[in-house]
Amino acid sequence: MDRILLDAGSGGKASHRLIHDLFFRLLDNDYLTRMDDAALLPVSGPVAVSTDGFTVSPLFFPGGDIGALAVHGTVNDVAMLGARPRFLTAAFIIEEGFLVADLERIVTSMAKAAKEAGVLVVAGDTKVVPKGAADGMFITTTGIGEVLAQPAPSGHRARPGDAVLVSGFLGDHGLAIMASREGLSFDVPVVSDCASLNGLVEAVLAAVPEVHVLRDPTRGGLITTLNEIAAQSGVEIQVEEAAVPVRPEVASGCSFLGLDPLYLANEGKLVCLVPEAHGDAALAALRAHPLGRHAARIGTAKAGPSRVVITTPLGGQRLADMLEGEQLPRIC
Amino acid sequence: MDQRIDGFHDPALCRSLVGAIRERLAGRRLRFMEVCGTHTVAIFRSGIRSVLADVVDHLSGPGCPVCVTHDREVAAFLDLASRPNVTVATFGDLMRVPGPGGRSLKAAQAEGARVKIVYSPADALEWAASHPEEQVVFLGVGFETTAPAVAATLQMAKAREIMNFSVLSMHKLVPPALAALAADPDISLDAFLLPGHVSAIIGTEPYQFLATEHGIPSVVAGFEPVDVLDAIKTLAEMTASGTARVENCYRRVVADAGNPRAMAILHEVFAVTDAPWRGIGVIPRSGLALRPEYAPWDARVVFAVEEQDVPPIPGCRCGEVLKGKLAPDGCPLFGRACTPAAPVGPCMVSTEGSCAAYFKYRVR
Repeated sequence: MDRILLDAGSGGKASHRLIHDLFFRLLDNDYLTRMDDAALLPVSGPVAVSTDGFTVSPLFFPGGDIGALAVHGTVNDVAMLGARPRFLTAAFIIEEGFLVADLERIVTSMAKAAKEAGVLVVAGDTKVVPKGAADGMFITTTGIGEVLAQPAPSGHRARPGDAVLVSGFLGDHGLAIMASREGLSFDVPVVSDCASLNGLVEAVLAAVPEVHVLRDPTRGGLITTLNEIAAQSGVEIQVEEAAVPVRPEVASGCSFLGLDPLYLANEGKLVCLVPEAHGDAALAALRAHPLGRHAARIGTAKAGPSRVVITTPLGGQRLADMLEGEQLPRIC
Repeated sequence: MDQRIDGFHDPALCRSLVGAIRERLAGRRLRFMEVCGTHTVAIFRSGIRSVLADVVDHLSGPGCPVCVTHDREVAAFLDLASRPNVTVATFGDLMRVPGPGGRSLKAAQAEGARVKIVYSPADALEWAASHPEEQVVFLGVGFETTAPAVAATLQMAKAREIMNFSVLSMHKLVPPALAALAADPDISLDAFLLPGHVSAIIGTEPYQFLATEHGIPSVVAGFEPVDVLDAIKTLAEMTASGTARVENCYRRVVADAGNPRAMAILHEVFAVTDAPWRGIGVIPRSGLALRPEYAPWDARVVFAVEEQDVPPIPGCRCGEVLKGKLAPDGCPLFGRACTPAAPVGPCMVSTEGSCAAYFKYRVR
């Protein structure tokens, strides 16, 4: 079992071997393999840029791995500005002793995700740190995209009357990671939803001329994202709980652990706010795409204080605030 | 989604139960206490609280295991966490509970203490078995619901002679706390909503004194909206007719005899003892201590834990909140000095704490 040694991050011959034999072979493109200090990119402005660090544990989980996540996560952040992601950079921090076979598996998965999303990994960096200084591997990716929609969708553009849509079942990724980390198993396996959403975004932008907000509800889940939008735009967001799509197995897994699926991370879902008049068209466009089959309209933005209010199935109301920290399973 | 529209969430059935409750009350207000933190959250989350706000006052009782953990118990486990070679294994709820000086397990962990979140006491035992160089202390909080699993884990530790595992028992018993509340002349309430999970273990017999000695109608309830509304309807019927019984409205889970096997395991390992409740004080015979035959696995013995009195936090009125004498927002610290970001007491930390539920869910 070959392992990554400290030498592989030294910048010397061992580093070059790793870069050529593994990264170039799997991520091959002309921008990357020129080996200059920076990649020279043909991009027409305005440009959307986003960066994200990935520290997921475990590195391999049902439905994906850190490599796929590092592509999907950054592609999605760029896409949420109504942009077409084109290029990624990737920096790897690898713990000494990491299995070369696992690295190969992770970079292969990145390459596949990048190909599916239509992006090229054009620059990178590899550091190896002593055993114990990192938890296996961390990856940081930066994405660059060309803005398609003008003005670009933004959390600041929600307006009273906007229809609030989500692109599918919520909470899958968060529960899959927690179950996988803690060795919990459910009767129906829960799988991460991690996927690149740029195709779905383009489908919505093509169908609806005016998309006010696009956001991917990652850490903190749907409720956190809606609270951010409410605060940025100065609107109240009202949500019909019964309309929010949650898989039965995720709902029951969460009920068992005392978790709320609406606060769990998603890695392949988007929230979309459009003017009421375009609500049906946006929903139809989402549902026509393979990643949006279970899309639903879940609520409406209203004039009011910046907050999220949920109407329960029996007609009661409750506030849905951001959480203070991560959700922790309860005692009984 | 399906889970929320199944029979126990059926909106039409819920609305008809709400109508039935209003009809039974016929203009009278019902003031009941739900004892269990899971009920507190369920009543807020489902919207029952807002739907019945005009006819029902509901008070949250001392039924969140984190909330009733006494300051001096918190100080004791924080002290254990900082000892060399100790790994504290705990349910997640306790991580953010502030102890003396506002320090929590999360803070202790950041300072270098070894703290491991587990999902069951058995996980903590397995960790101890596979890490013989560490002294693993499981923090035993919770009521009759969790205590049997802890007892079974201790039996296993004894059978397998795993000597680097111990339990700091802070377990508490629900009926003695209810007795203290029922006997308190300052607390006015019409009825109790009794905890479903605890009752699944102890059955309904230990509650009979509420009806026979105190004349307080009491109903064991489940946690789905239909369960809770059905129980409130039963309470409304009893208060309207002036009768007091202990009813079981959660028969799909709770047998009147409880779970005798779980109780037997519990009593084999634990002895009933006096216990301190946060904000309430010591309630006689309301806690569980490890029996002497389990002394090698009793963290109090192994680490010579001495609980020290901790000065009360100025202004914190947790005790009155836990006894239902004060609504959380009646506390001068609520939402100002005490928020989920900077909690003063555990009622604001625990997901099932009444202050946290008020802060989190109530549309102001």
